Amino acid sequence: MVLPHVRFPRILLMVPVFGLLGGCNAVLLSPSGDVALQQRDLILASTALMLLIVIPVLITTVVFAWRYRASNTTAPYDPEWHHSTQLEVLIWTAPLLIIIALGALTWISTHVLDPFRAIERVGPGRPVAAGVKPLTVEVVALDWKWLFFYPDLGIATVNELAAPVDVPIQFKITSGTVMNSFFVPALAGQIYAMAGMETKLSAVINKTGDYDGFSANYSGAGFSHMNFKFHGLTQQDFDTWVAKAKKDGKPLDQAGFHELEKPTEAEPVHYYKSVSPGLYDSILNMCAEPGAMCATEMMHIDANGGGGKESEANLERLQSDKHKVREGNESPGATFPASGRAAHGDEQPQGMKARPNAGEANAQKTEPGTKQGDAMPGMPGMKKDSPAPAQLNN
Amino acid sequence: MFSNLDLQKLVFGRLTLEAIPYHEPILLITFAMVAIGGGALLGVITYYKAWAYLWTDWFTSVDHKKIGIMYVVLAIVMLVRGFSDALLMRAQQAISFGDNQGYLPPHHYDQVFTAHGVIMIFFMAMPFVTGLMNFVVPLQIGARDVAFPFLNNFSFWMTVGGAITIMLSLFVGEFARTGWLAYPPLSEGTFSPGVGVDYYIWALQIAGIGTTLSGINLIATIVKMRAPGMTMMKMPIFVWTSLCTNVLIVAAFPILTAVLVLLSLDRYVGTHFFSNDLGGNPMMYINLIWIWGHPEVYILILPAFGIFSEVTSTFSGKRLFGYASMVYATVVITILSYLVWLHHFFTMGSGASVNSFFGITTMIISIPTGAKIFNWLFTMYRGRIRYELPMMWTVAFIITFVIGGMTGVMLAVPPADFMLHNGLFLIAHFHNVIIGGVVFGLMAGVSYWFPKAFGFRLNEFWGHMSFWFWVVGFYFAFMPLYVLGFMGVTRRLSHFDDPSLQIWFVIAAFGALLIAVGIASFIIQIVVSFRNREALADLTGDPWHGRTLEWSTASPPPDYNFAFTPMVHDLDTWADMKKRGYVRPLEGYKPIHMPKNTGAGAILSAFATIFGFAMIWYIWWLAALALFAILVTAIGHTFNYRRDFYIPAEEVVATEGRRSQLLAEHA
Repeated sequence: MVLPHVRFPRILLMVPVFGLLGGCNAVLLSPSGDVALQQRDLILASTALMLLIVIPVLITTVVFAWRYRASNTTAPYDPEWHHSTQLEVLIWTAPLLIIIALGALTWISTHVLDPFRAIERVGPGRPVAAGVKPLTVEVVALDWKWLFFYPDLGIATVNELAAPVDVPIQFKITSGTVMNSFFVPALAGQIYAMAGMETKLSAVINKTGDYDGFSANYSGAGFSHMNFKFHGLTQQDFDTWVAKAKKDGKPLDQAGFHELEKPTEAEPVHYYKSVSPGLYDSILNMCAEPGAMCATEMMHIDANGGGGKESEANLERLQSDKHKVREGNESPGATFPASGRAAHGDEQPQGMKARPNAGEANAQKTEPGTKQGDAMPGMPGMKKDSPAPAQLNN
Repeated sequence: MFSNLDLQKLVFGRLTLEAIPYHEPILLITFAMVAIGGGALLGVITYYKAWAYLWTDWFTSVDHKKIGIMYVVLAIVMLVRGFSDALLMRAQQAISFGDNQGYLPPHHYDQVFTAHGVIMIFFMAMPFVTGLMNFVVPLQIGARDVAFPFLNNFSFWMTVGGAITIMLSLFVGEFARTGWLAYPPLSEGTFSPGVGVDYYIWALQIAGIGTTLSGINLIATIVKMRAPGMTMMKMPIFVWTSLCTNVLIVAAFPILTAVLVLLSLDRYVGTHFFSNDLGGNPMMYINLIWIWGHPEVYILILPAFGIFSEVTSTFSGKRLFGYASMVYATVVITILSYLVWLHHFFTMGSGASVNSFFGITTMIISIPTGAKIFNWLFTMYRGRIRYELPMMWTVAFIITFVIGGMTGVMLAVPPADFMLHNGLFLIAHFHNVIIGGVVFGLMAGVSYWFPKAFGFRLNEFWGHMSFWFWVVGFYFAFMPLYVLGFMGVTRRLSHFDDPSLQIWFVIAAFGALLIAVGIASFIIQIVVSFRNREALADLTGDPWHGRTLEWSTASPPPDYNFAFTPMVHDLDTWADMKKRGYVRPLEGYKPIHMPKNTGAGAILSAFATIFGFAMIWYIWWLAALALFAILVTAIGHTFNYRRDFYIPAEEVVATEGRRSQLLAEHA
């Protein structure tokens, strides 16, 4: 089913709040992708529907508040008047009617714009041509950068995403760390990136240009710079971009991924010309670490009736999160004393860049990893490079 | 196994000197100010030999009025703390552009926004609302106290224990860097080791016990202790909203407690409820915490709705329009508030049908809410509106809240939410409804009931200052955030690259400063009013021409509230009594049975706070000892048989006689 594309009158843009935005770069109101555009229209439509009742209420409030002020003795005063069936019916049905309209709009639009559902048009009146294969991009959120695999093209990129215009894009999204949210406002709405799970997003970009993408869900110290650029390119420019990635990039294998997933802030863009097979799937199944067991393997064992007592040996191999911490990666939310830094100190967490104006002490101490897991004073048995002081469940 | 035994670790757990931020100037100054201020306060108390007075008349008091006032004092103190966090954030976001990294490094900033949210919801709004309900509800239903007076005192002190725990994280160790709901997997032991999240868990658990018990207490009070004649449909509307709020508390807070217990088990004993690996699932936590979290926002807003209803009717000099429809709207909101939690995470990838179900239930809530707004408007219609402070707050509320409600419904449309979620639009929306709804309501409530609580009105000039700075400041602080939301700016960022955004953040910071003046004016208002209390005195007990029972007794009310239990014949009982020419009975007083003060609540809470602190720092012996002390005190308290006493009839005669004299002089 294709939602008949309703064009809402441009006059809506005159609504004060939106009018105010005319001068600034309100990407949500002038997006460049068809999905985001439909979502924008929905925002405007629901606002218009609600203004039908909100504006009269605001006017009535001001009028009543002024007219019935105590000093205005000419206004009628009726202290016992407290009921009117007609008014009661009106005040319950007027919002009800609007909510029925809005509810219908919600039900239809939520299904049409379900991010898991492949898009059926690349623009108003332009259905996706039969046989067009969408561009698949596998997205991995890491501490604090984005890794994009292009399985059809064999390349991968960090903190840069590109797609040809008017070609449907199928994103498959997961996380190699805590929860994040994948969001390119000009392209389409966001969806969470969660470890061990895959969310999907279908979208298309209609105009060439450079757009901002970022994580919209807080994920630790480096979150503020977890940004990337999304390039909407012509098919020709896209091919050039792919060729450049193939030329400039190095190969990405398990060891390379391992290095990449260490926490870093404002990671510069880089490319990988090839990707070792199955790397995305191993990240998704939380077994990208050497020796780790994939969730799919465990599910297979369970599906066959479980591994019995022997499966205890698998326990260690299934704990991918702890593994990363043991490798010396600082946990993204660590606080005193596990962070190994003095409470409320200026020293930055691992992977963070020096803050030029955060004091001298900081500049010297932000070498990644060297302070991680420093012994707490008075805690013998802790070595310089040993992992963070034991949490009880380590 | 004893070869690794470490005495320091055994005694102090993971607490070391490094936990004290003596090298951090901002915190040192804060600490010094708190120490000097606190020291001065303690000094003054000692100088005036007020300790015994405070302990016997306030801290151990089981009088619902005093407990209500103490709740509000706690809320105002925590408002100042939470608002300081807000100023820190606004300042950081206003300057941190391009090469300028601001003055707060990310790991501090992250603690600040987490603390701001936690403090404002749990330790500002909750105690404020609970305090007003505590003070007002028994008076409005003609009762002498709540159903379980000791439990009330205990609940209050547990809330204080939670507040002390969260304040400690500023000076001993660090607070969580997770956001105010501590979403896993970030809040799991693996991703957030250290004391931050443990402070979060124990502060909320300790305070949560108090909140749940106070909910039970107020439900029992409202259901069982209404004056004769007050049927459910004759209860003042504030009592109705309080009843619904406390039903929500009792049904919702156990979910919070349970989900935090599960998170604690993950963090302390290595279970995997919410971890990424070994079958854990963070999505369960996110569902559970919002099954508590959404009712929580109605827990806050419903009493505010009640306050606005009382205020509108009183200051319009008119019966509330559509009382029955108001009651039904409240009950419908109460029920629906349990059916909308998923709208907080449409973006987690539920199917389209699930998302649209929760989107539509969310919109449906706007129908009873809209009905309420109309009811207030038609209460004003054909009224004689006196613009005293509470009424000014109410009009500001209606306008502000309608805007906030509209942006809320926009967020309820799932595909629109995909664009707006987690953005500054969302931040603007919930501050719009929480400040415009809850805070304006609490300010209206304070200025409305202050004369009842203390026997004198609040100064008008400083009240107007506070009002205008709050309202204008609110619009300056949050309208720019709506704009930034449309520009695709997300929340919790401590640095921005795009310099064109800066102007909006500067405007928002300016708004925050205006609100700071508003808060300062409010505090000055109280001080000035206290100094002019003779001139502002309310001798009648009914300064606003009130309509409900609390205005029928003296200001401040005697310990026993009502010398004779009132008889209720109509809604707006006091207005009805005045209309029918009610005459105060002047004789026939009897001794009045009252509950006795006890220190057990404060002591239990002190032990609970120590227990929480010991658990946070892994000081196991102290935790065991504190837990044992809690048990001993609680059991010991059950053997305290001296729980009640009688106020002799002569004392009642004397108190009521003084009131007769005042009324006669005033008349």
